[in-house]
Amino acid sequence: MDTWEFYVKSLIPALNQGLLMSVKIIVPSALLGIAIGVLVGAGRAAGPKWLKPLLNAYVSVFRGTPLVVQLTMWYFGLPSVSRWLGGYLGPLGLPEFTWKCLILSPYAAAVVAFCLCSGAYQSEYIRGAILSIRKGQFLAAESLGFTKAQTFWHITAPVAVRRALHGCGNEIIYLIKYSSLAIIVSVMELTGQSKSLGSLYFRNFECYCLTALYYLALVSLATIILHLIEKKLEIPGLGQAKA
Amino acid sequence: MSLELNKVAPAVGAESETKRSQPLLEANRISKTLGGKLILDDVSLSLDRGQRKILIGPSGGGKSTLLKCIHFLNPPDKGDVFLDGKSAKDMSQSNISAFRQEIGMIFQDFNLFDHLTAKDNVAIALRKVKKQPKAAARARAMEELDKVGLSDKAELYPAQLSGGQKQRVSIARAMAMEPKLMLLDEPTSALDPELIGEVLQVIADLAQGGMTMLMVTHQLDFVKHLTDEIIFMENGRIVEQGNPGVLLDAQSNSRTSLFCAKLTQLSSKKWTPGNFM
Repeated sequence: MDTWEFYVKSLIPALNQGLLMSVKIIVPSALLGIAIGVLVGAGRAAGPKWLKPLLNAYVSVFRGTPLVVQLTMWYFGLPSVSRWLGGYLGPLGLPEFTWKCLILSPYAAAVVAFCLCSGAYQSEYIRGAILSIRKGQFLAAESLGFTKAQTFWHITAPVAVRRALHGCGNEIIYLIKYSSLAIIVSVMELTGQSKSLGSLYFRNFECYCLTALYYLALVSLATIILHLIEKKLEIPGLGQAKA
Repeated sequence: MSLELNKVAPAVGAESETKRSQPLLEANRISKTLGGKLILDDVSLSLDRGQRKILIGPSGGGKSTLLKCIHFLNPPDKGDVFLDGKSAKDMSQSNISAFRQEIGMIFQDFNLFDHLTAKDNVAIALRKVKKQPKAAARARAMEELDKVGLSDKAELYPAQLSGGQKQRVSIARAMAMEPKLMLLDEPTSALDPELIGEVLQVIADLAQGGMTMLMVTHQLDFVKHLTDEIIFMENGRIVEQGNPGVLLDAQSNSRTSLFCAKLTQLSSKKWTPGNFM
């Protein structure tokens, strides 16, 4: 197979297939990560006292352990827990689903690992953004008769979103790149396809170079989208990027 | 919006008579401890409709805390606040919200909402708290901005306004809620000397319009002509209160006159190296 044929017939179609899988991992992981980040960040900044230690523990664990360890734990570790649980729950007459739900598909394990890890980092950006809001803003809202919920939605959230945007965007860019770890649990995303073809045809250099370009394109696209969002939400005095 | 009647419930028919005789605001024996320190110690004061009183005194004397306690932004530990005879103590969250709407508060550092234009700063509470339609709230906001001379700045964000303009927007924001009483916490102390005049003019206009006001300020030269009474606070207690003509008279030897003499002396003193004490 000559070089051109290899590119057109093998490498590019395989990488396109891998790109599709990468996007299928990145988009839900990013959206769930932001949702988790908002809930956990808001809970840590302004939630009830009893909840804060639990949320702090979550963030400590998921920021404090390597993502590879988390990913392998979700995919390879949980089936052991499932078997162990089955040994107790089975004799109690509970349906198999109650313990077999812990056995995740490679794709599910990747999304769970990425969104939980991303959520822990996102929560730090959200928490920082909420804590950066001056106390006077809350006082002014209260003095006008706003309830706590109204203050959160109409005063805190719009400012916090703008302040957290840079950090959250950065985390999404990290997520695009660490989605390549999904190959560890046998998900054939971009890196997986590249590795497979590189080994098959002994063309590792070309395969990985082109894969890097695919990631670069993905990150560039995400950067442009984030920049457009920043521009859309830009308000004088709130520290947004200059045009 | 009706407030819960906790303490005073005038008989039907006698209501208007009672309203005339009872003060608009009555702060009754308020105490407040913050960080283990007693900030307000059994403070009482009252304001009749249209009355204007000035709170002065050294820093840390409890003036700002008293305003926050009256507004229930910092509920007092002891004592109660009555607005139009209605007690604020033990109110539910929704009634506290209604109570606060009847009192406007102006802060030293303006506290405009950074993400909203001047117009939306004024309109947002009308929309979200008073549930007015967006167009009506914005029209009302423009009216209020016009009154403080800022209709041409309506579309600017706080970061694009000068300190004096920000404070005028915050006055417009408070006035749009049609409060019965205005609390002003050092409204000019964060402003450059050149910007103080424009804010004082707006305050003078409010006073001439008959607004009931309780103001913490050290701009006595200007406000002594607008005020009915000066209240001097120190160490969380009211030390003196009375007519400004009497209390500010240098011959009276009052605590107030001594304090004001010091203020005048400090502002007129020529500072040179080694002359700071």
